[in-house]
Amino acid sequence: MVHLRKGLVLAMLLSTAAPAFAQSRVLVFNSNASDPAPKAAFEQLVADFEAENPEIDVQVNTFDHEGYKTAIRNFLTADAPDVVFWFAGNRMRPFVDAGQFMDVSDVWAEHGLTDSLSSTLSAMTIDDKQWGVPFTYYQWGVYMNRDVYAQVGVEPADTWEGFLANCEAFKAAGIDCLTTGSKALWPVAGLFDYLSLRTNGYDWHMQLTNGEIPWTDDSVRAVFAEFEKVLPYVSANHAAIDWQDAVSNLVQGKAANYVMGNFAVASFKDGGMTDDSLGFMSFPTINPDIPRAEEAPTDTLHIPAGAKNPDDAKLFLAFAARPDVQTTLNAALGQLPVNAEATVGDDPFLQAGFEMLSTAEGGIAQFFDRDAPPEMAKAGMEGFQEFMVRPERLDAILDRLERQRQRVYAQ
Amino acid sequence: MTALPHPAPPPATVPRARRSRRQLTPWLFLAPGLLMFSVYVIIPIFQSIWVSFHDWDGLGAMRWIGLANYSELWWDEAFYTSLKNNIIWLALYLLAVPAGLMIALFLNQTVRGIRIYKSLFFFPFVISQVVVGLIFSWFYAPGFGLFYALIEWVTGTGVALLADERYVTYGIIAAGLWPQIAYCMILYLTGLNAVAPDQIEAARLDGAKGWRMLWHVVLPQLRPATFIAVVVTVIGALRSFDLVSIMTSGGPFGSSRVLSYYMYEQALSEYGYRMGYGAAIAVVLFGIMMIFISGFIWKMWRDEKGA
Repeated sequence: MVHLRKGLVLAMLLSTAAPAFAQSRVLVFNSNASDPAPKAAFEQLVADFEAENPEIDVQVNTFDHEGYKTAIRNFLTADAPDVVFWFAGNRMRPFVDAGQFMDVSDVWAEHGLTDSLSSTLSAMTIDDKQWGVPFTYYQWGVYMNRDVYAQVGVEPADTWEGFLANCEAFKAAGIDCLTTGSKALWPVAGLFDYLSLRTNGYDWHMQLTNGEIPWTDDSVRAVFAEFEKVLPYVSANHAAIDWQDAVSNLVQGKAANYVMGNFAVASFKDGGMTDDSLGFMSFPTINPDIPRAEEAPTDTLHIPAGAKNPDDAKLFLAFAARPDVQTTLNAALGQLPVNAEATVGDDPFLQAGFEMLSTAEGGIAQFFDRDAPPEMAKAGMEGFQEFMVRPERLDAILDRLERQRQRVYAQ
Repeated sequence: MTALPHPAPPPATVPRARRSRRQLTPWLFLAPGLLMFSVYVIIPIFQSIWVSFHDWDGLGAMRWIGLANYSELWWDEAFYTSLKNNIIWLALYLLAVPAGLMIALFLNQTVRGIRIYKSLFFFPFVISQVVVGLIFSWFYAPGFGLFYALIEWVTGTGVALLADERYVTYGIIAAGLWPQIAYCMILYLTGLNAVAPDQIEAARLDGAKGWRMLWHVVLPQLRPATFIAVVVTVIGALRSFDLVSIMTSGGPFGSSRVLSYYMYEQALSEYGYRMGYGAAIAVVLFGIMMIFISGFIWKMWRDEKGA
């Protein structure tokens, strides 16, 4: 009993005395980097930050990548950390509107980020304020199996007609021209986004995802008309498979092209493809008069409104925005740094992506589920998948999306 | 009561105190259970009904919108798809009852090692629904799935069951039937143990055999087992969720959704967070379940009164 009481007193002493010691400032960082490579990259980032700021102790909580998307709603309200991982664009709007994210415009102003991070300024801005700091993005585009191209004897085409002509040749050879796995829905959104960006351009696409264009409009039908042209050449049964299964289609030479994000390169290479057999190009041109726009989803860091240590959190955000930090972090992630003064890793796909994005005069879209509000995104992606399986139902699909648009954006 | 040695306490109060104590005791014993039941079941039911009249994303303020969620449900195709699928589930899932009975009758014999066979037949009920879902997804998977290969071998073209809106619900129900049949089987096997051998003997002497024996002699004695089997199967069908979530996530394009999954999707999934709308679906599902549950309770109450 005496021991116990002594222990209690000691514990109380310790708990009150601890903040007086050197590592007094604790920064809690909730991350979704559950895969090995991103996890290591973030551990390095945190170690570098601690080395520069020895008085701050960063505690990282790593969540499962998918589980994070629902967990964030709980921990933001219940027990807010100091820094959280999230996504740019409309994807952060619910938290901004609910007052769960802190306005970090001062970090942007103080460190001149409006210049160095200008490419994503619009995606980080709501109500003329910035709500977080982007640290990485990656390009989407067409990944191809060069061996299959050589086998059929065609060259990659940069126009839509040329691409479809190639598809005809692949079909004759019994190869799927375009593969995808739409079980999780989002892969088809990438396809739709590019068809939309190439048919009607970036500004139109943004108006569509902002709910300013009726889905029953003729301009929307024009996108689906282009979409329909490629449907005969898309892998059958895509609705039953995941995006990783479609990766094996490309790796095994059963398919020639795959519209995907750059994160898939690791999977292609795990499957045995090399820098020689794996090719990458920007999505083919449909309307040559439209400035080329690209798709590059941005990952971001935010400070919850309930953060206990917002000052150090702002230090951390400013740190993560620095060019040298973004260079190291993205080299480890295998993605592109957002900071214009950072250097891109020498991976050929990263280089190609960087080149493609920095010359995209049309603009850079986030992704359908980040540009459009969540409910519209879900309905839209389901509609795209249904259209790919049952193109004859286009009218019913567009009517449904239009009803959804009127409801979602009216709020 | 009459032989109280001391005249001191007023005679009227003691019995009243004792009576009230006697009335109080059962409630005291019930209290923890009642408390749990109200906190975790009764109050949430009313909360759900309350939330269903609001527009709420789970984070911001709740906005009263009256019956708007329900009127939206009325026009929502996805809701009718889910409802239709729930009815298909209900109808086909009940096949588990006769199928379980058949297997139980088949296994109800004394041969060497019958316990092993019984355990093997019971096995699917022991493994997790998630595992069942994964096994069947691979079974149906285009390319390497056994079922796909079989169909391809027979008809020449494979059918990706889970990507085809016409078959997907049936494919999932088949996966669900596998463990459910095992469950009904075990209920019947225990029931068969209780079948009186003298009645079978008597029926046999009277010349009953085969179907007539089963229908008129065995089945009436299995009525309690049948009742439980029907109840668990109906409720299992209405709350089917895990298999849909594991095998298709409601796809392709929402054609394999059931009400419970649709509710989850609207209220809690990645693109959802319409708590009010999800709650409205939950209320409708609750209403449907109440029809069945009240029916069962009424039957149980009637049986107990008759007994």
